[in-house]
Amino acid sequence: MHEYSIVQSLVDAVTSECGSHAAALVLRVHIEIGDLSGVDVDLLTTAFETFREGTCCEHADLVIERVSTQWVCPKCDRPIASGQVLRCPDCDEPAQLAAGDEILLRQIEMEVPDVSGLRLR
Amino acid sequence: MCQDCGCGDPEVVPVKVQQKILARNDRTAAHNRDHFLGDGILAINLMGSPGAGKTAVLEATARALPNPKKVAALAGDLATENDANRITAAGIRSKAITTGQACHLDAELVHRAVHHFDLDGVEYLFIENVGNLVCPAVYDLGQAFNVVALSITEGEDKPLKYPTMFAKADLVLLTKADLLPHLPFVDVDKITDALARVMPNPRVISVSAQTGFGIEAWIRWLATVRTNALEKFEVYA
Repeated sequence: MHEYSIVQSLVDAVTSECGSHAAALVLRVHIEIGDLSGVDVDLLTTAFETFREGTCCEHADLVIERVSTQWVCPKCDRPIASGQVLRCPDCDEPAQLAAGDEILLRQIEMEVPDVSGLRLR
Repeated sequence: MCQDCGCGDPEVVPVKVQQKILARNDRTAAHNRDHFLGDGILAINLMGSPGAGKTAVLEATARALPNPKKVAALAGDLATENDANRITAAGIRSKAITTGQACHLDAELVHRAVHHFDLDGVEYLFIENVGNLVCPAVYDLGQAFNVVALSITEGEDKPLKYPTMFAKADLVLLTKADLLPHLPFVDVDKITDALARVMPNPRVISVSAQTGFGIEAWIRWLATVRTNALEKFEVYA
C-alpha cells in the first residue's frame, strides 16, 4: 500500500507550491495517474482523504485524470493493444510505452489574496 | 472588494505544475545511480513476490562466483534481518534495510543504507527489495537494471496479473526450475507467452538455486550488462 507514501509526496509538492504563491487556500488538486503506473486510484483517494487533515490540502478536492496504457512501435508508430504480444508484427521491434505510467501533479487551483502589486501568478 | 480592510477578494488562480509526484525520490535515485556507476558498480533492483527465491538466487550466485568480494547486497525486509544474515553467511557482504511497515524500498532508504556500507572493490550491488509484486515497481532506487524473480510455482498468468512490475523488468529469473519435473500442469511456454504480453523485450533465464542450473548464464548476463552500463555511463558523463 504505497498510495500513502505517494499522497505524502503529493501534499509536500502542493505545500511547496502554495508557499511560493502565498496561497490562502487550496481548492482543487489535479493529478494524472496512468493505468500502468502501479497506483490504485481508489486507494489513492482514500489515502488523500485521510492524509490531508491539518495540511494545506485539508479543504481541497482531488481531481484524478486516468491515462490509458498505450504501447506503440517506435519505428512505424503502429499502436499495439494491451494484452497483445508487445512486439510490432510489421517491424519486429519491441513496443514502447507511449502513455500509461504517469504519476503527475498537473495543476493546483488556489485562492491567492488579491493584493495589488503583490499578486503572483 | 473586501469589506473589512480593502485588500480585495481572494482570487482563484490555477497554477500549472506538471511535475512528477515522486520527483524527489527520482532525484535521489539519480544521485544514487551516478554514485554507483561512477564507482564502477552495477546496481540491480531484485524484486519478486515473497518466497519467489530472491535470497536463494543470491546465495547460489555467491557459491558460483570466483570472487564474492566483488559483490555486495542490501536486503529489504519488513521486520527481520534474516535475508541479510543468509546472504552474509553465503559469503556476500550485506546489510539489512528494515522498512517497518513500508511495503517497498525507496531511493532515500537505499541512499542512507549505502552511506554506512563499505562498497570498496564492489562491482555488483544487489538491492533485494521487499517481497511484493506491486509497490516496489513504482520507486526508482538508482539501479541500472530491474530483475524480477518469478518462481515456476507461482502460476503461469502471474505476469498478466502484475503488468507494471513485469513491464519494468529488464530480466526475469524463472526460479525453482528444478521443480519442473514435479509440476506436470505447469507449462513454461505459457509463462513466456504471458511475459511477452507485458514485457516489450522479454529476457528470461531459468535458474535453480538448488542445483545451480542457469546460475552461470545469470552471472554472464550480469557481466555483459555491467560492461554496457559502464560504457554508456562514461559516454554520457
